[in-house]
Amino acid sequence: MKERKDDNISAMGTVSIGEAGKTGDWRSLRPVIDRKKCIPTVKNKPACFLCWLYCPEGVVKAGIEVEIDLDYCKGCGICAEECPPRAISMVREDKSHE
Amino acid sequence: MSNVQIITGNQAAALAAKLCSVEVVAAYPITPQSQLSEILSSYVESGELKAEYVRVEGEHSALTVCISASTVGARVFTATSANGLLYMHEQLHWAAGSRLPIVMCCVNRGVGAPWTIFNDQQDSLAQRDTGWMQLYCSNNQEIIDTVIQAYRIAEAVYCPVMVCYDGFVLSHTMMPVDVPDAAAVKAFLPPYRPHTILSPDDPMNLNQVLFPGQRRDCEGVLRDGYMDMRYKLQAALEKAPETIRAVNTAFAEAFGRDHGGMLWEYRTDDADLILVGMGSLASEAMDAADRLREEGIKAGVVGIRSYRPFPKADVRHAFRNAKGIVIFEKSISYGYEGGLCSDLKAAFYGTAINAPIHNYIAGLGGRDVKARELVAAAKDSLAGFGQGMAEPQTTWLNTTTG
Repeated sequence: MKERKDDNISAMGTVSIGEAGKTGDWRSLRPVIDRKKCIPTVKNKPACFLCWLYCPEGVVKAGIEVEIDLDYCKGCGICAEECPPRAISMVREDKSHE
Repeated sequence: MSNVQIITGNQAAALAAKLCSVEVVAAYPITPQSQLSEILSSYVESGELKAEYVRVEGEHSALTVCISASTVGARVFTATSANGLLYMHEQLHWAAGSRLPIVMCCVNRGVGAPWTIFNDQQDSLAQRDTGWMQLYCSNNQEIIDTVIQAYRIAEAVYCPVMVCYDGFVLSHTMMPVDVPDAAAVKAFLPPYRPHTILSPDDPMNLNQVLFPGQRRDCEGVLRDGYMDMRYKLQAALEKAPETIRAVNTAFAEAFGRDHGGMLWEYRTDDADLILVGMGSLASEAMDAADRLREEGIKAGVVGIRSYRPFPKADVRHAFRNAKGIVIFEKSISYGYEGGLCSDLKAAFYGTAINAPIHNYIAGLGGRDVKARELVAAAKDSLAGFGQGMAEPQTTWLNTTTG
Protein backbone atom coordinates (compact mmCIF):
# COMPACT_ATOMS: atom_id res chain seq x y z
CA MET A 1 0.00 0.00 0.00
CA LYS A 2 1.24 3.46 -0.91
CA GLU A 3 2.35 5.65 1.98
CA ARG A 4 -0.21 8.38 2.71
CA LYS A 5 1.64 11.66 2.66
CA ASP A 6 0.82 15.07 4.04
CA ASP A 7 -0.71 16.93 1.12
CA ASN A 8 -1.76 19.95 3.15
CA ILE A 9 0.03 23.19 2.29
CA SER A 10 -0.31 24.53 5.82
CA ALA A 11 0.00 22.62 9.06
CA MET A 12 -3.21 20.97 10.21
CA GLY A 13 -4.26 17.84 11.98
CA THR A 14 -7.24 15.89 13.21
CA VAL A 15 -8.52 16.84 16.64
CA SER A 16 -7.68 13.82 18.79
CA ILE A 17 -5.72 12.73 21.84
CA GLY A 18 -2.08 12.25 20.95
CA GLU A 19 -2.20 14.23 17.70
CA ALA A 20 0.88 16.19 18.71
CA GLY A 21 2.72 13.16 20.13
CA LYS A 22 3.18 12.25 23.79
CA THR A 23 4.00 15.54 25.45
CA GLY A 24 4.55 14.45 29.03
CA ASP A 25 7.98 12.97 28.63
CA TRP A 26 9.85 16.18 29.48
CA ARG A 27 8.08 16.56 32.82
CA SER A 28 10.47 16.99 35.77
CA LEU A 29 7.88 16.76 38.56
CA ARG A 30 5.19 14.07 38.70
CA PRO A 31 1.89 14.45 40.61
CA VAL A 32 1.26 11.60 43.06
CA ILE A 33 -2.19 11.31 44.63
CA ASP A 34 -2.55 10.14 48.23
CA ARG A 35 -5.85 8.22 48.04
CA LYS A 36 -6.27 8.42 51.82
CA LYS A 37 -6.70 12.20 51.48
CA CYS A 38 -8.34 12.59 48.03
CA ILE A 39 -11.96 13.72 48.64
CA PRO A 40 -13.76 11.64 45.92
CA THR A 41 -12.01 8.50 47.16
CA VAL A 42 -12.52 9.25 50.84
CA LYS A 43 -16.22 10.19 50.43
CA ASN A 44 -16.79 7.70 47.56
CA LYS A 45 -18.71 10.51 45.84
CA PRO A 46 -18.18 12.64 42.73
CA ALA A 47 -17.00 15.65 44.71
CA CYS A 48 -14.31 18.36 44.74
CA PHE A 49 -12.57 17.74 41.39
CA LEU A 50 -10.70 21.05 41.67
CA CYS A 51 -7.65 19.32 40.14
CA TRP A 52 -9.79 18.44 37.10
CA LEU A 53 -11.14 22.01 36.94
CA TYR A 54 -7.78 23.75 37.21
CA CYS A 55 -5.60 21.44 35.11
CA PRO A 56 -4.49 23.56 32.12
CA GLU A 57 -3.75 20.46 30.06
CA GLY A 58 -7.06 18.64 30.60
CA VAL A 59 -5.29 15.46 31.66
CA VAL A 60 -7.18 14.85 34.91
CA LYS A 61 -10.05 12.38 34.77
CA ALA A 62 -12.81 13.31 37.22
CA GLY A 63 -13.85 9.90 38.52
CA ILE A 64 -13.74 7.75 41.54
CA GLU A 65 -10.85 7.49 41.67
CA VAL A 66 -9.29 10.62 40.18
CA GLU A 67 -6.72 9.70 37.52
CA ILE A 68 -4.01 11.78 35.86
CA ASP A 69 -2.85 10.87 32.36
CA LEU A 70 0.93 10.94 32.74
CA ASP A 71 1.44 10.61 28.96
CA TYR A 72 0.46 14.27 28.68
CA CYS A 73 0.89 15.77 32.18
CA LYS A 74 3.62 18.47 32.07
CA GLY A 75 4.12 18.44 35.83
CA CYS A 76 3.14 22.07 36.37
CA GLY A 77 1.84 21.37 39.89
CA ILE A 78 -1.32 23.46 39.69
CA CYS A 79 -3.41 20.45 40.81
CA ALA A 80 -1.21 20.04 43.88
CA GLU A 81 -1.45 23.76 44.63
CA GLU A 82 -5.26 23.78 44.34
CA CYS A 83 -6.00 20.50 46.16
CA PRO A 84 -7.85 21.44 49.41
CA PRO A 85 -6.74 18.39 51.48
CA ARG A 86 -3.20 18.51 50.02
CA ALA A 87 -3.66 15.01 48.60
CA ILE A 88 -1.36 15.63 45.64
CA SER A 89 2.39 15.91 46.03
CA MET A 90 4.90 16.64 43.30
CA VAL A 91 7.84 14.24 43.25
CA ARG A 92 10.95 14.42 41.10
CA GLU A 93 10.96 12.19 38.04
CA ASP A 94 14.75 12.10 38.02
CA LYS A 95 16.26 11.59 41.45
CA SER A 96 19.81 12.01 40.20
CA HIS A 97 19.63 15.73 41.02
CA GLU A 98 19.13 15.07 44.72
CA MET B 1 -15.20 52.28 -23.21
CA SER B 2 -12.91 53.82 -20.69
CA ASN B 3 -13.91 55.37 -17.40
CA VAL B 4 -11.05 57.74 -16.62
CA GLN B 5 -11.19 59.39 -13.22
CA ILE B 6 -8.72 61.84 -11.68
CA ILE B 7 -7.94 60.17 -8.34
CA THR B 8 -5.27 59.68 -5.69
CA GLY B 9 -3.36 56.44 -5.19
CA ASN B 10 -5.37 55.73 -2.05
CA GLN B 11 -8.62 56.21 -3.95
CA ALA B 12 -7.33 53.87 -6.66
CA ALA B 13 -6.51 51.18 -4.09
CA ALA B 14 -9.92 51.53 -2.41
CA LEU B 15 -11.73 51.30 -5.75
CA ALA B 16 -9.71 48.19 -6.58
CA ALA B 17 -10.68 46.51 -3.31
CA LYS B 18 -14.32 47.32 -4.03
CA LEU B 19 -14.08 46.00 -7.58
CA CYS B 20 -12.62 42.76 -6.19
CA SER B 21 -15.71 42.41 -3.92
CA VAL B 22 -13.69 41.93 -0.76
CA GLU B 23 -15.81 40.46 2.03
CA VAL B 24 -13.87 41.50 5.11
CA VAL B 25 -11.81 44.65 5.66
CA ALA B 26 -9.86 45.25 8.86
CA ALA B 27 -7.56 48.22 8.82
CA TYR B 28 -6.21 50.69 11.32
CA PRO B 29 -5.54 54.21 10.05
CA ILE B 30 -1.97 55.47 9.78
CA THR B 31 -0.53 58.27 7.64
CA PRO B 32 -0.28 58.09 4.61
CA GLN B 33 -2.64 55.09 4.37
CA SER B 34 -5.51 56.66 6.42
CA GLN B 35 -7.54 57.90 3.46
CA LEU B 36 -7.66 54.37 2.07
CA SER B 37 -9.19 52.86 5.21
CA GLU B 38 -11.58 55.82 5.50
CA ILE B 39 -12.84 55.38 1.93
CA LEU B 40 -13.33 51.64 2.46
CA SER B 41 -15.30 52.22 5.65
CA SER B 42 -17.50 54.73 3.80
CA TYR B 43 -18.13 52.16 1.04
CA VAL B 44 -19.21 49.64 3.67
CA GLU B 45 -21.40 52.18 5.48
CA SER B 46 -23.15 53.27 2.28
CA GLY B 47 -23.69 49.66 1.24
CA GLU B 48 -21.70 50.09 -1.99
CA LEU B 49 -19.40 47.35 -0.73
CA LYS B 50 -21.09 44.40 0.93
CA ALA B 51 -18.29 43.67 3.36
CA GLU B 52 -17.72 43.42 7.07
CA TYR B 53 -15.53 46.32 8.22
CA VAL B 54 -13.94 45.19 11.47
CA ARG B 55 -12.72 48.05 13.63
CA VAL B 56 -9.58 47.03 15.47
CA GLU B 57 -7.32 48.64 18.03
CA GLY B 58 -4.11 48.24 16.05
CA GLU B 59 -2.41 46.71 13.05
CA HIS B 60 -1.49 43.42 14.73
CA SER B 61 -5.20 42.82 15.24
CA ALA B 62 -6.08 44.11 11.77
CA LEU B 63 -4.03 41.38 10.13
CA THR B 64 -5.18 38.81 12.70
CA VAL B 65 -8.79 39.51 11.71
CA CYS B 66 -7.82 39.10 8.05
CA ILE B 67 -6.03 35.82 8.80
CA SER B 68 -9.10 34.45 10.61
CA ALA B 69 -11.54 35.59 7.93
CA SER B 70 -9.36 34.27 5.11
CA THR B 71 -9.07 30.92 6.92
CA VAL B 72 -12.86 30.48 6.86
CA GLY B 73 -13.09 31.41 3.18
CA ALA B 74 -13.53 35.20 2.92
CA ARG B 75 -11.68 37.45 0.49
CA VAL B 76 -10.02 40.01 2.74
CA PHE B 77 -8.22 43.33 2.42
CA THR B 78 -6.09 45.45 4.70
CA ALA B 79 -3.63 48.29 4.34
CA THR B 80 -1.02 49.99 6.46
CA SER B 81 2.21 51.98 6.45
CA ALA B 82 5.54 52.20 8.23
CA ASN B 83 5.37 51.47 11.96
CA GLY B 84 1.91 49.96 11.50
CA LEU B 85 3.44 47.40 9.17
CA LEU B 86 6.22 46.74 11.67
CA TYR B 87 3.59 46.18 14.36
CA MET B 88 2.05 43.53 12.08
CA HIS B 89 5.37 41.81 11.53
CA GLU B 90 4.61 38.67 13.52
CA GLN B 91 1.25 38.20 11.80
CA LEU B 92 2.89 38.62 8.37
CA HIS B 93 4.73 35.37 9.04
CA TRP B 94 1.51 33.71 10.25
CA ALA B 95 -0.39 34.76 7.12
CA ALA B 96 2.29 33.41 4.79
CA GLY B 97 2.88 30.23 6.81
CA SER B 98 -0.87 29.58 6.77
CA ARG B 99 -0.79 30.05 2.97
CA LEU B 100 -3.60 32.61 2.99
CA PRO B 101 -4.18 34.77 -0.12
CA ILE B 102 -4.51 38.04 1.75
CA VAL B 103 -3.92 41.24 -0.22
CA MET B 104 -2.58 44.21 1.68
CA CYS B 105 -1.54 47.64 0.46
CA CYS B 106 1.62 49.01 2.02
CA VAL B 107 1.57 52.77 1.48
CA ASN B 108 5.32 53.19 1.77
CA ARG B 109 6.62 55.48 4.51
CA GLY B 110 9.89 55.80 6.39
CA VAL B 111 10.09 54.25 9.84
CA GLY B 112 11.09 55.76 13.18
CA ALA B 113 13.31 56.62 14.88
CA PRO B 114 13.50 59.52 14.30
CA TRP B 115 9.84 60.02 13.43
CA THR B 116 8.93 60.67 9.85
CA ILE B 117 5.57 60.51 8.17
CA PHE B 118 7.11 60.91 4.73
CA ASN B 119 7.89 58.43 2.01
CA ASP B 120 10.61 55.86 1.60
CA GLN B 121 10.46 52.06 1.26
CA GLN B 122 12.21 50.93 4.41
CA ASP B 123 8.92 49.63 5.85
CA SER B 124 8.14 47.03 3.19
CA LEU B 125 11.78 46.18 2.48
CA ALA B 126 12.17 45.29 6.15
CA GLN B 127 9.42 42.65 5.63
CA ARG B 128 11.27 40.99 2.75
CA ASP B 129 11.69 37.59 4.40
CA THR B 130 8.17 37.06 5.73
CA GLY B 131 7.04 34.89 2.78
CA TRP B 132 4.83 37.60 1.26
CA MET B 133 4.99 38.48 -2.38
CA GLN B 134 5.76 42.17 -2.86
CA LEU B 135 4.62 44.09 -5.94
CA TYR B 136 5.69 47.73 -6.41
CA CYS B 137 3.58 50.30 -8.29
CA SER B 138 5.01 53.26 -10.17
CA ASN B 139 1.76 55.20 -10.74
CA ASN B 140 -1.90 55.24 -9.71
CA GLN B 141 -3.07 53.24 -12.72
CA GLU B 142 -0.70 50.49 -11.67
CA ILE B 143 -2.12 50.60 -8.14
CA ILE B 144 -5.70 49.86 -9.19
CA ASP B 145 -4.59 47.26 -11.74
CA THR B 146 -2.04 45.61 -9.42
CA VAL B 147 -4.49 45.17 -6.54
CA ILE B 148 -6.88 43.38 -8.93
CA GLN B 149 -4.03 41.21 -10.26
CA ALA B 150 -2.80 40.59 -6.71
CA TYR B 151 -5.98 38.73 -5.74
CA ARG B 152 -5.73 36.46 -8.75
CA ILE B 153 -2.03 35.81 -8.05
CA ALA B 154 -2.52 35.28 -4.30
CA GLU B 155 -5.47 32.93 -4.77
CA ALA B 156 -3.58 30.87 -7.35
CA VAL B 157 -0.31 30.62 -5.39
CA TYR B 158 -1.94 30.54 -1.93
CA CYS B 159 0.44 33.17 -0.62
CA PRO B 160 -0.30 36.71 0.55
CA VAL B 161 0.58 39.71 -1.62
CA MET B 162 1.71 43.13 -0.46
CA VAL B 163 0.96 45.84 -3.01
CA CYS B 164 3.43 48.63 -2.28
CA TYR B 165 3.11 52.22 -3.41
CA ASP B 166 4.91 55.36 -2.33
CA GLY B 167 3.27 57.46 0.37
CA PHE B 168 2.23 60.99 -0.69
CA VAL B 169 4.12 60.72 -4.01
CA LEU B 170 1.37 58.35 -5.17
CA SER B 171 -1.04 57.97 -2.23
CA HIS B 172 -1.99 61.66 -2.15
CA THR B 173 -1.22 62.68 -5.75
CA MET B 174 -4.06 62.83 -8.24
CA MET B 175 -3.58 61.22 -11.63
CA PRO B 176 -5.90 60.10 -14.40
CA VAL B 177 -6.81 56.46 -13.80
CA ASP B 178 -8.83 54.26 -16.12
CA VAL B 179 -11.14 52.50 -13.66
CA PRO B 180 -11.85 48.96 -14.85
CA ASP B 181 -15.43 47.88 -15.45
CA ALA B 182 -16.91 45.96 -12.49
CA ALA B 183 -18.28 43.14 -14.63
CA ALA B 184 -14.95 42.76 -16.40
CA VAL B 185 -13.15 42.50 -13.04
CA LYS B 186 -15.66 39.86 -11.92
CA ALA B 187 -14.93 37.89 -15.07
CA PHE B 188 -11.17 38.29 -14.59
CA LEU B 189 -11.20 37.28 -10.93
CA PRO B 190 -12.80 33.90 -10.18
CA PRO B 191 -14.28 33.40 -6.69
CA TYR B 192 -11.81 32.62 -3.91
CA ARG B 193 -11.53 28.92 -3.18
CA PRO B 194 -9.67 28.34 0.09
CA HIS B 195 -7.19 25.46 0.21
CA THR B 196 -8.93 24.34 3.39
CA ILE B 197 -12.10 25.55 5.02
CA LEU B 198 -12.16 25.52 8.78
CA SER B 199 -15.65 24.32 9.62
CA PRO B 200 -17.45 23.09 12.75
CA ASP B 201 -18.51 20.03 10.72
CA ASP B 202 -14.91 18.97 10.28
CA PRO B 203 -12.90 20.29 13.23
CA MET B 204 -9.15 20.48 12.72
CA ASN B 205 -6.12 21.76 14.54
CA LEU B 206 -4.57 24.53 12.45
CA ASN B 207 -0.96 25.57 12.84
CA GLN B 208 -0.34 23.24 15.73
CA VAL B 209 3.20 22.67 16.96
CA LEU B 210 5.26 20.88 14.35
CA PHE B 211 8.30 18.99 15.46
CA PRO B 212 11.72 18.95 13.84
CA GLY B 213 11.04 15.60 12.22
CA GLN B 214 8.12 14.16 10.27
CA ARG B 215 5.59 12.34 12.42
CA ARG B 216 2.71 9.96 11.93
CA ASP B 217 -0.65 11.38 13.03
CA CYS B 218 -3.46 9.54 14.82
CA GLU B 219 -4.76 8.26 11.45
CA GLY B 220 -1.36 6.91 10.43
CA VAL B 221 -0.62 9.66 7.91
CA LEU B 222 3.00 10.79 7.82
CA ARG B 223 2.69 14.51 8.59
CA ASP B 224 5.28 17.07 7.62
CA GLY B 225 7.71 18.47 10.12
CA TYR B 226 8.30 22.21 10.34
CA MET B 227 11.03 22.22 7.73
CA ASP B 228 9.05 20.20 5.17
CA MET B 229 6.08 22.54 5.58
CA ARG B 230 8.30 25.60 5.20
CA TYR B 231 9.81 24.12 2.04
CA LYS B 232 6.33 24.03 0.51
CA LEU B 233 6.13 27.83 1.00
CA GLN B 234 9.48 28.35 -0.71
CA ALA B 235 8.56 25.97 -3.54
CA ALA B 236 5.31 27.88 -4.12
CA LEU B 237 7.16 31.20 -4.24
CA GLU B 238 9.82 29.82 -6.59
CA LYS B 239 7.03 28.93 -9.03
CA ALA B 240 5.09 32.18 -8.42
CA PRO B 241 6.85 34.20 -11.17
CA GLU B 242 5.07 32.01 -13.76
CA THR B 243 1.74 32.98 -12.20
CA ILE B 244 2.66 36.68 -11.93
CA ARG B 245 3.65 36.79 -15.61
CA ALA B 246 0.55 34.82 -16.70
CA VAL B 247 -1.81 37.03 -14.68
CA ASN B 248 -0.18 40.15 -16.15
CA THR B 249 -0.71 38.74 -19.65
CA ALA B 250 -4.33 37.80 -18.93
CA PHE B 251 -4.92 41.27 -17.49
CA ALA B 252 -3.39 42.92 -20.56
CA GLU B 253 -5.69 40.86 -22.79
CA ALA B 254 -8.77 41.72 -20.74
CA PHE B 255 -8.09 45.39 -20.01
CA GLY B 256 -5.48 46.49 -22.58
CA ARG B 257 -2.81 47.49 -20.06
CA ASP B 258 0.47 45.59 -19.69
CA HIS B 259 2.47 46.41 -16.56
CA GLY B 260 5.29 44.05 -17.37
CA GLY B 261 4.77 41.04 -15.10
CA MET B 262 7.87 40.69 -12.96
CA LEU B 263 9.48 43.92 -14.20
CA TRP B 264 9.03 46.56 -16.87
CA GLU B 265 11.56 48.09 -19.24
CA TYR B 266 11.81 51.53 -20.80
CA ARG B 267 14.10 52.29 -23.77
CA THR B 268 16.40 49.39 -22.86
CA ASP B 269 16.66 47.93 -26.39
CA ASP B 270 19.86 49.78 -27.27
CA ALA B 271 20.70 51.09 -23.78
CA ASP B 272 24.28 51.06 -22.52
CA LEU B 273 23.40 52.55 -19.14
CA ILE B 274 20.46 51.08 -17.28
CA LEU B 275 18.84 52.84 -14.35
CA VAL B 276 16.86 50.60 -12.04
CA GLY B 277 14.51 51.14 -9.13
CA MET B 278 11.13 50.25 -7.65
CA GLY B 279 7.94 52.29 -7.48
CA SER B 280 7.76 56.01 -8.18
CA LEU B 281 11.55 56.31 -8.25
CA ALA B 282 11.64 54.05 -11.32
CA SER B 283 8.95 56.21 -12.89
CA GLU B 284 11.08 59.30 -12.22
CA ALA B 285 14.05 57.48 -13.79
CA MET B 286 12.20 57.31 -17.13
CA ASP B 287 12.28 61.11 -17.23
CA ALA B 288 15.98 60.99 -16.34
CA ALA B 289 16.65 58.46 -19.14
CA ASP B 290 14.96 60.74 -21.67
CA ARG B 291 17.15 63.65 -20.57
CA LEU B 292 20.30 61.51 -20.69
CA ARG B 293 19.43 60.47 -24.24
CA GLU B 294 19.05 64.16 -25.19
CA GLU B 295 22.68 64.47 -24.09
CA GLY B 296 23.71 61.52 -26.22
CA ILE B 297 23.88 58.92 -23.43
CA LYS B 298 22.01 55.76 -24.34
CA ALA B 299 20.06 55.26 -21.12
CA GLY B 300 17.14 52.99 -20.30
CA VAL B 301 15.17 51.99 -17.21
CA VAL B 302 14.19 48.74 -15.56
CA GLY B 303 11.39 49.02 -13.00
CA ILE B 304 11.31 46.09 -10.60
CA ARG B 305 7.65 45.24 -10.09
CA SER B 306 7.95 42.00 -8.12
CA TYR B 307 10.64 42.24 -5.46
CA ARG B 308 9.57 38.93 -3.89
CA PRO B 309 9.60 36.56 -5.63
CA PHE B 310 12.73 38.14 -7.08
CA PRO B 311 12.75 38.33 -10.89
CA LYS B 312 16.05 36.49 -11.31
CA ALA B 313 15.47 35.20 -14.84
CA ASP B 314 13.86 38.49 -15.92
CA VAL B 315 16.75 40.68 -14.76
CA ARG B 316 19.29 38.38 -16.38
CA HIS B 317 17.48 38.98 -19.64
CA ALA B 318 16.86 42.72 -19.15
CA PHE B 319 20.49 43.53 -18.22
CA ARG B 320 22.19 41.16 -20.69
CA ASN B 321 23.61 44.03 -22.76
CA ALA B 322 24.12 46.60 -19.98
CA LYS B 323 27.48 48.37 -19.90
CA GLY B 324 26.73 50.23 -16.69
CA ILE B 325 24.06 49.79 -14.01
CA VAL B 326 22.80 52.51 -11.67
CA ILE B 327 20.50 51.38 -8.87
CA PHE B 328 18.30 53.89 -7.02
CA GLU B 329 16.75 52.73 -3.76
CA LYS B 330 14.56 54.28 -1.09
CA SER B 331 15.80 51.93 1.62
CA ILE B 332 19.01 50.34 2.83
CA SER B 333 20.07 47.19 4.60
CA TYR B 334 21.90 49.04 7.37
CA GLY B 335 25.50 48.00 7.67
CA TYR B 336 25.71 46.92 4.04
CA GLU B 337 23.98 48.43 1.00
CA GLY B 338 20.62 48.70 -0.74
CA GLY B 339 18.77 45.38 -0.71
CA LEU B 340 17.90 45.60 -4.41
CA CYS B 341 21.59 46.14 -5.21
CA SER B 342 22.55 42.99 -3.29
CA ASP B 343 19.83 40.95 -4.98
CA LEU B 344 20.72 42.16 -8.48
CA LYS B 345 24.41 41.38 -7.97
CA ALA B 346 23.47 37.92 -6.72
CA ALA B 347 21.26 37.34 -9.77
CA PHE B 348 24.14 38.32 -12.10
CA TYR B 349 26.70 36.09 -10.37
CA GLY B 350 27.96 33.37 -12.66
CA THR B 351 26.46 34.99 -15.78
CA ALA B 352 28.13 37.02 -18.51
CA ILE B 353 26.71 40.22 -16.97
CA ASN B 354 29.74 41.94 -15.54
CA ALA B 355 28.80 45.62 -15.90
CA PRO B 356 29.99 48.08 -13.23
CA ILE B 357 27.31 48.89 -10.64
CA HIS B 358 26.66 52.08 -8.67
CA ASN B 359 24.11 52.02 -5.86
CA TYR B 360 22.36 55.24 -4.75
CA ILE B 361 20.31 55.51 -1.58
CA ALA B 362 17.82 58.29 -2.30
CA GLY B 363 14.72 59.99 -0.98
CA LEU B 364 14.72 58.61 2.56
CA GLY B 365 12.07 60.16 4.82
CA GLY B 366 10.53 62.08 1.93
CA ARG B 367 13.65 63.88 0.73
CA ASP B 368 12.75 65.06 -2.74
CA VAL B 369 14.30 63.25 -5.70
CA LYS B 370 14.10 65.18 -8.95
CA ALA B 371 14.72 63.76 -12.40
CA ARG B 372 17.61 66.18 -12.93
CA GLU B 373 19.22 64.83 -9.74
CA LEU B 374 18.95 61.30 -11.11
CA VAL B 375 20.54 62.56 -14.34
CA ALA B 376 23.44 64.12 -12.42
CA ALA B 377 23.83 60.96 -10.33
CA ALA B 378 23.86 58.76 -13.44
CA LYS B 379 26.50 61.00 -15.06
CA ASP B 380 28.63 60.77 -11.91
CA SER B 381 28.33 56.98 -12.12
CA LEU B 382 29.33 57.03 -15.78
CA ALA B 383 32.39 59.11 -14.96
CA GLY B 384 33.29 56.62 -12.25
CA PHE B 385 32.78 53.66 -14.60
CA GLY B 386 35.00 55.46 -17.14
CA GLN B 387 37.77 55.69 -14.57
CA GLY B 388 37.57 51.97 -13.96
CA MET B 389 35.26 51.93 -10.94
CA ALA B 390 34.92 48.20 -10.55
CA GLU B 391 33.95 47.70 -6.92
CA PRO B 392 30.24 48.55 -6.48
CA GLN B 393 29.79 51.69 -4.41
CA THR B 394 26.94 52.97 -2.31
CA THR B 395 26.31 56.73 -2.38
CA TRP B 396 23.71 58.63 -0.35
CA LEU B 397 22.11 61.06 -2.80
CA ASN B 398 21.63 64.68 -1.68
CA THR B 399 22.78 63.89 1.83
CA THR B 400 25.22 65.70 4.08
CA THR B 401 27.69 62.93 4.71
CA GLY B 402 30.81 64.95 5.48
